[in-house]
Amino acid sequence: MSMNFLTKKAAAAALLLAFNISASEFEYSGKIGIEERYFFAGGQYEEQFEHWQTSFSVEPEFTWNWNDGVDSLVFTPFYRFDAQDEQRTHGDIRELFYIHVGDDWEFRAGIRKEFWGVTEFQHLVDVINQTDGVEGFDGEDKLGQQMLNLSLVRDWGIIDLYLLPGFRERTFPGEEGRLRGPLVVDKNNVSYESSAEDKHIDFAARWSHVLGDFDIGSYWFHGTNRDPLLTPAQNGQTLVLRQYYNQMDQLGIDVQATIDDWLWKFESIYRSTKAEDFGAVQAGFEYTYVGVFDSFTDLGLLMEYGWDSRGEAGASAGANVQNDLFLGSRIAFNDMQDSEVLMGFSTDLDHNAFSILVEASRRFGDSFKANLDFRMLQSSEYTDQLYSLKDDDHLQVSLDWYF
Amino acid sequence: MLYQGRLKTVLITTLLAAASLSSFAVSQQETDQEKNARRKGLDISVEVKNRDSGWGDSKADMLMILRNEQGQESVREIKIKSLEQLGDGDKSLTVFNKPKDVKGSAFLSYSHAEKADDQWLYLPSLKRVKRISSRNKSGPFMGSEFSFEDFSSFEVEKYSYKYLGNEKIAAKDFFKVEQFPVDENSGYTRRVVWIDQQEYLVHKIDYYDRKNSLLKTLTYVDYQQYSGKFWRARSMQMINHQNGKSTELIWNNYTFNNGLSEGDFNRNALKRTR
Repeated sequence: MSMNFLTKKAAAAALLLAFNISASEFEYSGKIGIEERYFFAGGQYEEQFEHWQTSFSVEPEFTWNWNDGVDSLVFTPFYRFDAQDEQRTHGDIRELFYIHVGDDWEFRAGIRKEFWGVTEFQHLVDVINQTDGVEGFDGEDKLGQQMLNLSLVRDWGIIDLYLLPGFRERTFPGEEGRLRGPLVVDKNNVSYESSAEDKHIDFAARWSHVLGDFDIGSYWFHGTNRDPLLTPAQNGQTLVLRQYYNQMDQLGIDVQATIDDWLWKFESIYRSTKAEDFGAVQAGFEYTYVGVFDSFTDLGLLMEYGWDSRGEAGASAGANVQNDLFLGSRIAFNDMQDSEVLMGFSTDLDHNAFSILVEASRRFGDSFKANLDFRMLQSSEYTDQLYSLKDDDHLQVSLDWYF
Repeated sequence: MLYQGRLKTVLITTLLAAASLSSFAVSQQETDQEKNARRKGLDISVEVKNRDSGWGDSKADMLMILRNEQGQESVREIKIKSLEQLGDGDKSLTVFNKPKDVKGSAFLSYSHAEKADDQWLYLPSLKRVKRISSRNKSGPFMGSEFSFEDFSSFEVEKYSYKYLGNEKIAAKDFFKVEQFPVDENSGYTRRVVWIDQQEYLVHKIDYYDRKNSLLKTLTYVDYQQYSGKFWRARSMQMINHQNGKSTELIWNNYTFNNGLSEGDFNRNALKRTR
């Protein structure tokens, strides 16, 4: 668990504040989970474990409220123990922040998570938090980001200003871990374009607004690129990947039009770094058919397309999503147990590569939730990124207890 | 406030009277009796709305108990804040506390009298605010026998009316009014509503599905008066006649005119609902 100086300082200040609170409301909740993965094929690379991966996780949440909810403090630590992958045994402070609510403004300070965007299959514009790459394969798990955030509510929209002191490195599977390429990412060989390294202070400003059926957001981000450039390097006798984080300026826009049963979604970024400038788009729709076959079940149909001006990722750096089509369906049974099934199919139109995803979940009793995930990753072309994961098809079962 | 309420009544009555006049011209067959039933149904419903105006904002805790045919129960714990809007549907923020796996999830709704409601959902696990389609009004709310539509605020413009007569139940006099949803996406062809003649409170609603057969009955139990003015039922019981399931809502800690403002009903408020 890495915590830099600023984080420690923020944590100390926040805790001090917490102990000074009199007549505050304290609440806790959270979940404890067990997860089992089964990989149908043995590891493609030598050190990888063979089939079974067992892990346990815990994520409590503590909240304090005072001044009638005007001030509050939230603390959400997280820890996962993984029996097979040493790197997946990891902890993080997902959240530790103070929030003050004014009439038409909010001030938030500490470690937080912030999500931006509207699409489902790729989160292009979501840029504040680093991906917790070892936690989940879909990139939706994020590491906490230290920040000062002022949010101003105006008639013409909500303005959010962010000062982000310090940077989090992405997490990657270790030597024994599955769902990785032939080379392991070296977490001790990290370099930065900025001389401030991981102490660089990033900045972001976002405007978001609702105009009738349209929800619109746009932002500018200046700071450390969350996506590392991975290049092969020697670590003693073994070849590894070293991480390089450059500086970037990024302009992002996200729009959703909610018209009748249709959600039309559009996300686009323009990123500028010293090495290259590029643009990318993810766009599509979600259509919900309410009450199929005279039942209470809702059927959602999703289609998205992803494009990137860099073109396909080959030997040189390119994009993984450059001419990709995504199809999905979401079935919500609307029953007492909130049973749900999500199916997704994605294919790279430039390569013979595709992946299939099925996620099902259901509640048991009042406090248990079971998830069943299936992932298939196929490619017949050596140059495609998915080729390096072609033996990593797996089934995952998890059970969480909520308290 | 009172004056505005009265003015609104006059306006609505005039507008709807004008509307019924123009449609009278089209359907020449409408008899005086039918016209009177329409007028009276409207007048009663306008009075229901007016007697319950001026509450400004409200806060309440709701316990939702789901029961299936076998008698198995599942409980949801919900907090609801509402903001009264003059000349439009109300705004509401619904926060889920139980089941525990959805704790912190929240639902923001701007209901409208004539156009579709604006609705957003907040998913705490992803920290994501998602605008959702409000056409899904006939779908069940949280797996219960209440639909999204049943939770939307009552606005006079959402229905056309027909007065069916008076009925005496347990020594109490009721108006019986038929209400026909204007929105074609409604899950109902009509509702039959029992309104007591003294306080103009809704005591019972029969819901008829799209095939015009009786689907559900909602009963309001144990009305309490708050702030010396506003009546709210302590319990609301919805029985689904077609699937044998039922849902009971138990309301606690009602407060009115808390000084809530627009700022408590925007997308930022949606995110700070833990």
